Amino acid sequence: MDNYILQMETITKLFPGVKALDTVNLNVLHGEIHALIGENGAGKSTLMNVLSGVYPHGTYTGKIIFEGKECIIRHIRDSERLGIAIIHQELALIPSLTIGENIFLRNECAHEGIINWDETHTKARALLKKVGLAENTYTLVRDISVGKQQMVEIAKALSRKIKLLILDEPTASLNENESNNLLNLLLELKKENITSILISHKLQEVIRVADHITVIRDGAAIMTLDKNSDDISEDNIIRGMVGRRLTDRYPKRTPNIGGVAYTVDHWNVFDPMIADKQVIYDASFNVRKGEILGFAGLMGSGRTELSMSLFGRSYGKRISGQIFKSGREIQAHTVRQAIQNGISYSTEDRKTAGLVLQNDVKENITLAGLQKVARHGVVNSDEEIRVASDFCKKLNIRTPSVFQKCVNLSVGNQQKVVLSKWIFTGPDLLILDEPTRGIDVGAKYEIYTIMNELVAEGKSVIFISSEMPELLGMCDRVYVMEEGRIVGELSGKEITQEAIIKAILSSKREAV
Amino acid sequence: MGTFINLVKNNIRQYTMVIALILAMVIFQIATNGVLLLPMNVTTLILQNAYVFILAVGMMVLLINGGNIDLSVGSIVAFVGAIMGVMMITHKMPLWIAIVVALAIGFLIGAWQAYWVAYVRVPGFIVTLAGQLIFRGLTNNILSGQSLAPFSRDMVAISAGFIPDFIRGNNQGINITAMVLGMLVTIVYIILQIRKRMYRRKYTEEMVPFQLFIVQIVIIAALIMVCAYWLASYEGIPIIFIIIAVLVAAYQYFTSKTVSGRYIYAMGGNEKAAQLSGINTNKVLFWCYVNMGVLAAVAAIVTTSRLDVASPLAGQNYELDAISASFIGGASMYGGAGTIVGAIIGALFMGVLNNGMSILGAGTDIQMLIKGLVLLLAVAFDIFSKSRAKAS
Repeated sequence: MDNYILQMETITKLFPGVKALDTVNLNVLHGEIHALIGENGAGKSTLMNVLSGVYPHGTYTGKIIFEGKECIIRHIRDSERLGIAIIHQELALIPSLTIGENIFLRNECAHEGIINWDETHTKARALLKKVGLAENTYTLVRDISVGKQQMVEIAKALSRKIKLLILDEPTASLNENESNNLLNLLLELKKENITSILISHKLQEVIRVADHITVIRDGAAIMTLDKNSDDISEDNIIRGMVGRRLTDRYPKRTPNIGGVAYTVDHWNVFDPMIADKQVIYDASFNVRKGEILGFAGLMGSGRTELSMSLFGRSYGKRISGQIFKSGREIQAHTVRQAIQNGISYSTEDRKTAGLVLQNDVKENITLAGLQKVARHGVVNSDEEIRVASDFCKKLNIRTPSVFQKCVNLSVGNQQKVVLSKWIFTGPDLLILDEPTRGIDVGAKYEIYTIMNELVAEGKSVIFISSEMPELLGMCDRVYVMEEGRIVGELSGKEITQEAIIKAILSSKREAV
Repeated sequence: MGTFINLVKNNIRQYTMVIALILAMVIFQIATNGVLLLPMNVTTLILQNAYVFILAVGMMVLLINGGNIDLSVGSIVAFVGAIMGVMMITHKMPLWIAIVVALAIGFLIGAWQAYWVAYVRVPGFIVTLAGQLIFRGLTNNILSGQSLAPFSRDMVAISAGFIPDFIRGNNQGINITAMVLGMLVTIVYIILQIRKRMYRRKYTEEMVPFQLFIVQIVIIAALIMVCAYWLASYEGIPIIFIIIAVLVAAYQYFTSKTVSGRYIYAMGGNEKAAQLSGINTNKVLFWCYVNMGVLAAVAAIVTTSRLDVASPLAGQNYELDAISASFIGGASMYGGAGTIVGAIIGALFMGVLNNGMSILGAGTDIQMLIKGLVLLLAVAFDIFSKSRAKAS
């Protein structure tokens, strides 16, 4: 019994109308990595918010025992004092301050209110070294990648004496490489006897690092698996998460691929801010009718920049190159022209660039194709509601009505609203940039199904993803990008994880 | 009874400002011994606050489109008024030419400021702060610091005139035309509301409960009729009232029903998403500022007509009245929220406050104090009720 650092007993948390947590028990051993896994809305984050004091003592029932003593946690400060640190999905760093300032924010190296900056940065450097981040501590946080910011968050947690580190979906917006670094860091910390609780969607990484895996579904802890004694295969975990066996994670499709729909020729793009920095080098590719074409690569390899520059030049400067549709050259200098030429682009940044969150479902669905439900510049409300309702039915968007504001929908349903918006413009080519990021297994399957339906109608889909398994599962053909160049093309059976990685690595070797 | 209380509780936020407005009217009606709602005073109230209504419409459009404000409208009012004065008084030009020129100048000033905001991306706050100085300076320059007066009678009639009683033919007793117009508006309102509810019902269960819907229709219909009766029992409908009503109806329709209106809301809600949806956001922003310039010219015509003088001091603090009215009426600093009707309710609220306190003999010092507090409390209450709605 003494081995447990944390015991949460019969935790029940009610929200108006919902039981978010239902008598959940969670036992975490000293010095282990304990994974919490479950679909979106299953209650993982709520449980951690109870632990860290976001939901104070008294708003839930149950007991929290930390290092053998029952604790009353009323505020985040209380949990911090116990040595618990939580790193949320949305990072809590201040972009306009330096790394060093961020690490010691609210914990300044100060004497009588005067900050000692030398001490701050010396200590910060030591912490960065510990988390394996080679950055100057005077660099502003806004100038480093999300992956590195994640590391700064961990360094910040380590600047206090912590015993238990909670990470809420730390790798959701990281690429494979960055994710690996982070997971290795957790294993390092484990050696120093720091316990971690890892909330994640990504089964592979959980299986790789976790000692115990607790599966949460509908606010209840379904099971806890021991790495050494239980079956921790993906299938077994997924069965626990969704309550049934997902026989196939990708819907079946018989490819029916037609002629070339779009061709891009010698496409070059320069950075919009830094004049001489080329972002895309001489990219040439094509996509066929009825084809799902994948773009693989690491984050920052130029996939988003390439597709946004094609989509009405919404990214980049000094763009050169040609786009052909069915052999005829087209001009797509503005987003509107791109849409008129049948190109649609669904952004990776759902919340900040995909949706007008405070507007309702119907207004978001019709936004890009508003002319279609309008006559003489006046919106036909009946028609608009009908269109939106149809999409809700067809794409299975779970919302009380089309008048619901998008901010109130779950991420999976928000993504389906974005897809509806683009499908409504009647595209011939739909570019989907990370459409399944941060979405649970069930909604992912629905999005794959929608993609299959689109290509079955003879449309083309470009599928950008950082998760290789879904590219393998869905694509007819894959281009591999690295540092702004297309460095490989794989089709059919050639598409394997090894082949993709090989293409990336070989391009690096050439560059050296 | 319990269900009724629940009903009110669940829907009260929608009607907060309307309720506050009615409350303010009741309080002042009692405090002024019934002077506030005397037909003559209601007409005065509308005339006095005409500029707030007109400017608040333009300001609300800007606020919807991303929390933009225009600090220069007071100076534009003075500038356009000065030009009208020079044209009509110094050069004896006819009214219609002066009006056309006034509107054209409003358009040009709007376009000038819109260019800097939309295409050079200088923050609107800065551009219009500069505009405030520029146009105040130009006004003083044109008028050499002197006032020009008086204007011709047709100019004065814009604010002092009434729609003659076509039906009865003479202006004695109750103005029948006003009553008929009021009736027509009521009928159109009821038909529109029922139609809206009918088609909404086809697609959703969540809407205002039926009883409340009826209560709402009855109250508003009664308000329109009472208003019509009030105007009818004085001298009929003021011309200015028609101008304002047409503006409000047109802009409410424009913002809620047209493609361009939808783009304004979408851009205010999320500019990046709007851009990626094919909306030319620079163009939308440009026209919102142009629109404000034109409306400022309309306000200038009305104000100059009412004061019957082109003064270098005209229009001072008008921008603050319009901004206050918009925020009281539900605008958001971050854009994407608010309605034209909301702005009008906000403007009415300010108007009642102004007028009521004047009747009671409160000095401008006290009036400013109260208006400031009301603005602060109204927005604080809105934030409070929103965060409560989120928490529960």
